[in-house]
Amino acid sequence: MLVSLEWLKDYVSTQDLAPEVLAEKITRSGIEVDAVIDRASGMDKVVVGHVVSKEKHPEADKLNICQVDVGEAEPQQIICGAPNVDVGQKVIVARPGAHLPGGIKIKKAKLRGHESNGMICSLQELGIEGKLVPKAYAEGIYVLPADAEPGSDALALLGLRDTVLELGLTPNRSDALSMLGVAYEVGAILSEEVKYPEISYKTSSEKAEDVLKLRVEDLQANPMYVAKVVKNVKITESPMWLQHRLMAAGVRPHNNVVDVTNYVLMEYGQPLHAFDYDSLATGEIVIRKATEGETITTLDDQERTLKASDLVITNGKEPVAIAGIMGGANSEVTEKTTTVVIESAYFDGLTVRQTSRDLGLRSDASARFEKGVDPNRVVPAAERAAALLAELAGGEVLEGTCIVDELDKTPARVVVSPDFINERLGMKISLEEMLTILDRLKFDVEAANGLLIIDVPTRRQDIKIEEDIVEEIARLHGYDEIPMTLPEGAQVGRLTPYQEKRRVVRNFMEGAGLYQAVTYSLTSESLSQRFALKTEPVTRLLMPMSEDRSTLRQSLVPHLIEAAAYNVARKADSVALYEVGSVFLGQSAEGQPVEEEHVAAVLTGKWVDHAWQGEHKAVDFFVLKGIVEGLVGKLGLGERLSFVKAEVDGLHPGRTASILLDGEKVGIIGGLHPAEQKAWGVKDTYVMEMNLVALLAASANEAPLGYTPVPRFPAMSRDIALVLDRATAAGEVVSVIRAANVKLLKDIRIFDVYEGEKMEAGKKSVAFSLTYFDPERTLTDEEVVAAHNKVLKAIATIEGTEVR
Amino acid sequence: MHFYKEVLHVEEQLKQLEQEALAKIEAAANLKELNDVRVAYLGKKGPITDLLKGMGKLSAEERPKMGALVNTVRENVTAQLEVKVAVFEEAAIAEKLATEAIDVTLPGRSIAVGNRHPLTRVIEEIEDLFVGMGYEIAEGPEVEKDYYNFEALNLPKGHPARDMQDSFYISEEILLRTHTSPVQARTMEAKKGESIRIICPGKVFRRDNDDATHSHQFMQIEGLVIGENIRMSDLKGTLDALAKKMFGAEREIRLRPSFFPFTEPSVEMDISCFKCGGSGCNVCKKTGWIEILGAGMVHPNVLEMAGYDPKKVSGFAFGIGAERIAMLKYGVDDIRHFYTNDTRFLSQFERTEG
Repeated sequence: MLVSLEWLKDYVSTQDLAPEVLAEKITRSGIEVDAVIDRASGMDKVVVGHVVSKEKHPEADKLNICQVDVGEAEPQQIICGAPNVDVGQKVIVARPGAHLPGGIKIKKAKLRGHESNGMICSLQELGIEGKLVPKAYAEGIYVLPADAEPGSDALALLGLRDTVLELGLTPNRSDALSMLGVAYEVGAILSEEVKYPEISYKTSSEKAEDVLKLRVEDLQANPMYVAKVVKNVKITESPMWLQHRLMAAGVRPHNNVVDVTNYVLMEYGQPLHAFDYDSLATGEIVIRKATEGETITTLDDQERTLKASDLVITNGKEPVAIAGIMGGANSEVTEKTTTVVIESAYFDGLTVRQTSRDLGLRSDASARFEKGVDPNRVVPAAERAAALLAELAGGEVLEGTCIVDELDKTPARVVVSPDFINERLGMKISLEEMLTILDRLKFDVEAANGLLIIDVPTRRQDIKIEEDIVEEIARLHGYDEIPMTLPEGAQVGRLTPYQEKRRVVRNFMEGAGLYQAVTYSLTSESLSQRFALKTEPVTRLLMPMSEDRSTLRQSLVPHLIEAAAYNVARKADSVALYEVGSVFLGQSAEGQPVEEEHVAAVLTGKWVDHAWQGEHKAVDFFVLKGIVEGLVGKLGLGERLSFVKAEVDGLHPGRTASILLDGEKVGIIGGLHPAEQKAWGVKDTYVMEMNLVALLAASANEAPLGYTPVPRFPAMSRDIALVLDRATAAGEVVSVIRAANVKLLKDIRIFDVYEGEKMEAGKKSVAFSLTYFDPERTLTDEEVVAAHNKVLKAIATIEGTEVR
Repeated sequence: MHFYKEVLHVEEQLKQLEQEALAKIEAAANLKELNDVRVAYLGKKGPITDLLKGMGKLSAEERPKMGALVNTVRENVTAQLEVKVAVFEEAAIAEKLATEAIDVTLPGRSIAVGNRHPLTRVIEEIEDLFVGMGYEIAEGPEVEKDYYNFEALNLPKGHPARDMQDSFYISEEILLRTHTSPVQARTMEAKKGESIRIICPGKVFRRDNDDATHSHQFMQIEGLVIGENIRMSDLKGTLDALAKKMFGAEREIRLRPSFFPFTEPSVEMDISCFKCGGSGCNVCKKTGWIEILGAGMVHPNVLEMAGYDPKKVSGFAFGIGAERIAMLKYGVDDIRHFYTNDTRFLSQFERTEG
């Protein structure tokens, strides 16, 4: 809402406060002033000129050499390129030395050999948006009224010596979508009274009811409809003051009739519409629901197809307007119009909103109906418009009003106790102070039996309950006055075990050298299931903004690879990222996808790069596997973890494993497939993803920490080197050894793996170090040999395996 | 007489031997030569031992005298040997140390460290503050029912304020949550009338095109307190603690009236500008104040819908954007940085703050 202070002063005193001071007061008490706009900012030396003569520039077709009287002894020669400049016009002249918006400074100049002492201006050159400039002047200079005094201040005449406050209104404060509404707000803040415009006009002897028949078929969607009829109007431009007030409010002037409806809309917040009576042709207005598929061409020349839920104004036969949204072209007021029907109505907000949405058509009118207009301003607004048409268009207002009125106009009653108000605020405001504030708001209030009985004016439809009164009292008393306390009573605050362990997981990953990434939950449908631990039906948005953000992810990996690729493309040598986030799987009984929190990581490039001491290590499968083992170990689940070779689409078929917990799959780990690496633009890259919920759930059942005595007796170790088939996994050997259940065997370590030319084709050598230990005593050689023999016997059962 | 002469003779011999030994020790150039001296003079086959062997010829009276003399010489020579050995050993160590010297200015072997995402950093800082004030951390699904996201929060279907938050719908009834308030609604429903103090951090979604100041996904942290006699002054005190924790103890707050469908009264909170302290600068757009968050007293309709009696209990709620806090706190100029995961960005949030 744009509020011209010059206009506002018609209704309320602003106590001559500086605009910034007033703006601050309005902001602090409830309505945010987004901007304070000085409309004449930076402009000077802009005066009224009278074009005395005009001749074609001999050197340039499009230029005219004008002699312009600017109130001095001699006219000034000014060259003007506007097509509409003409002798006798009063125009806006920027004198040499003048400053105009956009840092423009006017100087004396020569244009193709002829002197020009200034510039004849368009409204755009004075900083008025092109879309607000009346169409007649949109492509040229603006023409001032004939009675304008040459040499006088054109900015004052144009209403630009004014400040506009731009209000950022929250949806509840639709009462401030009008000058009168703002006047009430300012009046409440400054303790000033609000003055309404005086309405008076002479009526003709003819009666409105006799020329116009009104019928409302849907009283639920249209509980009140008022029509005034004005005859013998003369369609002209509106007077200057009206035009510039509309432009200040962000409305483009058209002609006096349309401008009056818009002016009253801005003044009262009540949308009006003017019909050309003769175009209605039937002398009838019938408001009804549209028939499905019915069409109307609206004022913007668009043909609109309607639904049965849309409300239309008709002439008894066909629609002439979409109720509360936009008029029809078939009943538009034109230059030929002589009789006007003014509509002022109350349309149901939900109906207007639905139609507005369906048609994708919003207007100043629909915005106000959607939020609910003041039922008590429907009639005054119609009367105000009639008076202005009589005054500005020479119209004769027919006696009486066509009206259908089933609208409840009683004020809302709110009963609240002063104690309740103070308890809610945590402060002490006296009853007198409360009564003063309510009086400033112009709420009817009666204090009885320790209660405030308040009748809220219908313009404030946002005030319905006690808490609304608490807010009104508090905001006008001042939020700065509220003291600072903390809630009474102590409570135990804590993280849940899951939340604590998730922090442990994050700390571990960061300690391991990975940065935490946060990526988007939405991805493309084609990436949504890529690398997923498990796939379920995907969840797609109804109306995605782009295909890239259309579907909820089932794996964290694609966006992590994308982030790694982004870094690699910016010359990062190595990237190590992890993410903790949810994936979205299938659909639960509740209708939503099942959300499961996962942890994932991506590594690429170097892992160790300590060049000057010759220490280098590229990222590989085992670097990432070590991180997984460390993390799972940190959660106390190391003994229950295993890896088994697996295949995942997009990962290297020979370098991919499923991560198992107690034999159940909880994750995947692997190198990116070379084709995939090429597509993403990365070199050797490794990824993993685990189901964090499953891990932490398993971890929750682990035994609490306890002490085991530190061993007092030495352990003994024996090494063995095995020749295995290349396809035999070392882990298989370990499993076989473990399965032999040799009591003294405490640890199995692999310390060497060799595949190469010294080996027989298809074979490899793997060396194990086996540790034997008894916590109760030192083992004898015989005991170790006996245990080791059991191990060797177990190994012998693996086909194609020999001890070297 | 003969005997006396014999003793004198030995004594002289000893002195002479001592002189010789000491001179050789002095002249020794290294540990090996010293060792040769030791063996030559003090060894089993050395001259001093020989002299001792000859002591048998001496009388009982003379023997102890002679023994003492020999021991003195031995001790002198041994002592001098030890001194000299120490000198050589020290020199050897010094030489070894000299060859082992390194250039201490060469770089150390760096330890790979990662760190939390700046948004997590902000969220954890807020979580920890509120846990300290007795709050729990509540979480909920990112994909929500329209009921919890809107209706339970006093935003019935067709409510004009739904315009303010254009949403990603999955179906008529399911959408990506537009705030973490549905977690509050769910918590209230689950707590069945008990008092509540929770913080709800999480990802939220709005139908916005991504640009420097808009992101279709962002992080929100909301707080909710419900109990008997919860006052607006409690909200103000709590927000003051939050502002001071996140932006420094010198910060002041101010509340401005605002509107949210789920609170009444509703407020926006500004903090005094941390850059200029309130005198006006670019960060605060010359106003001295920076808008930080929205808050208010829980609307009675919201309490009622969740089964609380608004006549008996009251509450407050607030919501804060993690990106906004991080952008202000760290001076980040483009919200997209939080989601591109450029390590040159992420690594800037590694260290502790002063």
